[in-house]
Formats: sequence, structure tokens, C-alpha cells
Amino acid sequence: MEKKITSSDFFWTFVRSNFLQASWNMERMQGLGYCFGMVPILRRLYEGEELKKAIKRHLEFYNTQPFVTAPIIGITAALEEKKANGAPIEDGVINGIKVGMMGPLAGVGDPIFWGTLRPITAALGASFALTGSIVGPILFFVLFNAIRLAVRWYGIKYGYAKGTDIVKDIAGNKLQKITEGASILGLFVMGALVNKWTSVNIPVVVSEITNAKGEHVVTTVQGILDQLMPGLVPLLMTFACMALLKRKVSAITIIFGLFAVGIICYALGIMNVK
Amino acid sequence: MSSIQILLIFIFATIAGMGSCLDEMQTHRPLIACTITGLILGDITTGIIIGGTLEMMALGWMNIGAAIAPDAALASVISTILVIASHQDVATGIAIAMPLAAAGQVLAIICKTVSVVFQHKADDYAEEGNLFGIDLCNYGALILQGLRVGIPALLVAMTVGTGAVENMLSAIPPVISGGLQVAGGFIVVVGYAMVINMMGAQYLMPFFFLGFVVAAFTNFNLVALGVIGLVAAVVYIQLNPKYQAVAAAPAAAASGSDDDLDDELD
Repeated sequence: MEKKITSSDFFWTFVRSNFLQASWNMERMQGLGYCFGMVPILRRLYEGEELKKAIKRHLEFYNTQPFVTAPIIGITAALEEKKANGAPIEDGVINGIKVGMMGPLAGVGDPIFWGTLRPITAALGASFALTGSIVGPILFFVLFNAIRLAVRWYGIKYGYAKGTDIVKDIAGNKLQKITEGASILGLFVMGALVNKWTSVNIPVVVSEITNAKGEHVVTTVQGILDQLMPGLVPLLMTFACMALLKRKVSAITIIFGLFAVGIICYALGIMNVK
Repeated sequence: MSSIQILLIFIFATIAGMGSCLDEMQTHRPLIACTITGLILGDITTGIIIGGTLEMMALGWMNIGAAIAPDAALASVISTILVIASHQDVATGIAIAMPLAAAGQVLAIICKTVSVVFQHKADDYAEEGNLFGIDLCNYGALILQGLRVGIPALLVAMTVGTGAVENMLSAIPPVISGGLQVAGGFIVVVGYAMVINMMGAQYLMPFFFLGFVVAAFTNFNLVALGVIGLVAAVVYIQLNPKYQAVAAAPAAAASGSDDDLDDELD
């Protein structure tokens, strides 16, 4: 009798795939979590020695952006199903496809989900939250999770339906277009945030004059900078941070460094709260 | 703080700790974690405001590859407790959140190293063909990650009314607290820089400058800016010769792939 994965197996794999990173560890990263997700499928397809071998196969090293794991689960489900029905698929092939896909898919998933979707939905939510509105957290939670769950569910379905054809999709330019488009949107919004959601005030007085009309005019460094280009100092700070991060200085170290800058500048009167 | 509140804080902090590791539902993000902590402590509005402020700073905190991000869960829950139950101002809460995020990060690294044990135990269960054992290993590691935030939050929640924490916080000199407030205005750039670096697309930086200048000289809100960014992205992809060349190759294949893309974008 032909072995077939049922839709309830897919549903439970979908649910379990939300726990992909539960046992993220320094040795095999998402290895155990991936196997955990595959359990309903493996249970359906194998028993005895075959089952043991299948579990071991999926306990190997694995790591990618968690949401794009969905199509990989779909594809390996399709392969496992063929194998369970007698197709001559070596263990190495299944792992080879997993390992081969996790790199390119992380390259797509990281900029789309961590670089664009989360910062943008979170910034949108935060813009409401800063006024104390409950709309902010709800908006972020609903938007982000709706997209995430859709990617997880349809990703599994898509991977299963396309089987190994999906490898061609990754090589083609469809995903490249989406990734590049997401990066453009992400960078554009980051540029806007650097300008809008930072505040630097340098109240150092450059000149104090009484003009022809007899008005007392005080010119501060910040006043000059704002005429030149509002948000110039945060922009330069962003570039400095990017350079430091590229030199492998940790984010936390930079954050403490900036706190020190804030305290020193405040103590010397170079900077103040706007 | 009532014992019910302490219990609820412990439960939610544990969930946030799990969320921080799973990175799925985003319960560990300040927007969610601070809001719910505020709700438990009876001041949801303050919770939301701390959440929004902290979220901006945490925008770039992400788990990429093998890198482990500063921990938003521990920072969010404990700083919200301190602000609401210990009557600190939001700026102080934010300043306290940063070392907490660093401490949480170290704890996360320790837990993710300890989790190797669960991975090896799973190997043993695989040997026996025991699927339930595999489940237990995955859940075991998850509980460890939850307690990583749950226990510290519980300790803070229990001691926050005793005056010890308050005394410590009130001992901060005004130069420091003023300076922290000043730094709070620009500390967010670290997060922005992390996101920009992560994109790894130097050649797309003109769009970053475009966003910067548009925001500098207009009063557009984030939705309007998002739409402009999206339009820029679509036009760039449509006009880019890189994609034209491929599409122009065999006519039949080209029309097929174009339709596919249109479907996706719809």
C-alpha cells in the first residue's frame, strides 16, 4: 500500500515548526528543532529500523532563517514520501538538499524578515505606542504574525508540491527580485528613521549678537546644523556604528560607548535634552 | 505587588524567555513584553510607552546565523517592573534595560551551550526510535530558555517593594541620569546600523539617503514613507536592466516567469 502524508500530518508539522528554535544549541543549532517538526511526517511514513534511521537523518546540523524553513520541510517531506514508497533516494541526498538550501534561503529570509518586515512593522507599532496607544502593540503583533504564519503554512505546501523543482526557483531571479525590493524598502525606511526618530541637541553658543532691529539673536551649533541638514549628527553616528560593527565590535559595547558619550557631553554642557 | 501579580509576572516572563529563543510570535519584543508586563502591573499605558521607546532601540537586535542578539525579553520585563512598581521615570528604565539586555544575552549563550545536552539525549532516543523522547528534548531546552528570564523576573518582582532596589536607583547622580537621557536620543542609531549592515547591499545605499532626505524635509508619517519606499523598490526592479536581460531571452519562458512574478506581487 502506498504511504501518503495526510493533511493532518501537515497541520501538525506546521504547528511544530513554530518550535524550530526551542533547542537551538551551539553544536547543531536548529538540528533537533527540525527533527521535532518532522516527527508527524516520519511517524506516518516509517516504522522500526527505518524510523530510527529517518530520525537520525533529521537530527543533523541545520540552521537558517526560521520562517524560510517551511519550504525546506515541504521538500524533504516530498522526498521522504518517495523514499518510503521505495524510491532509491540515499540518506545523503535528503541532507544534501537541506544543507544546500538553508544557505541561499537564509540569504533571502534574513533581509526580508529581519531586515525589512520586522523593523518596519515594529517601527510602525512603536510610532503609535510612543503616544501610549494600544493600537501600536496590536498592530505589530497581528501584522507580523499573520505574514509569518502564512509564509510557514504556504511554504510547506509549496515545497511539498514543487519538490526539488524549488531549487530552480531559488536559482532564478524571482526570489532575487523580492529580496532586492525588500532591501530597498528596508533601507529607505531606515534612512527615514535615522532622521525622524533620533534627537541630538548641541546647545553650544557660537555667537550672540544684537541685530539691526535690536533683537538679541543667539546662534547655537545645533541651529547651524539644522539649517544645513536636520539630523546630520545622527546620520554621522549611524555611519560610525556601521563601521564599528563591520570591525566586529559588539552592539552592546557600542551602546555602552554611546551612553558614555552622552554622559560626558552632558557633563561638559556640549549636549542637552531637546 | 500582590502575589497574583508576582505569579503572573513569572509566567509571562517565562513565555517571553521562550519567545526570545524561538523568535516566532515576538512575545519577547519590547512592544509586546512591556505592554503585557504593564497590563499585569495595572498600568498598561506606561507599559506601552516603554515598549515603544525600547522597541526603537531594539530594532536591530536579531539572531542572524550563529549570532545571538541582545536579549529583549529580560530587558523589557524587568525595566517595566522597575518603572511601574518602583516609580522610576521612563528614561531611567530605558537606561537600565541596556545592561539587562547584555546580561540576558550572556544567559542566552549559556543556555544555548547547555542545550547541546538535549541534542545528544535526542541522539539516544533516535537510537531507540522513541519519538516522544525527541519531543521531550525539544521542550526541555525550551523550558530552560523560559526560566532564564522567568527566574530573574521573579526575583526582581519579589524584591521591588522592599526599598533595596529603590535605594540603589535613587543613588544615581543627576549627571549620569541626565547623560543617559541625552544618550537615549541617539542610542537607537546602533539598531539602525545593524539593520543596514545586515542588508549587505552597499549599492542600494542611495535609497537610504533618499529616505533620510525625504524625512528631513517633510512631515510624512511612517505609512506615507513606507509607500514611497515601496514605489521606489517596484520602479527599481521594473527598470533594472539586470532583470530585463533575462526576461528578453526566450520569449515564451520570459512571459511565463513575468506572469509568475505579477501573481506574487498581487
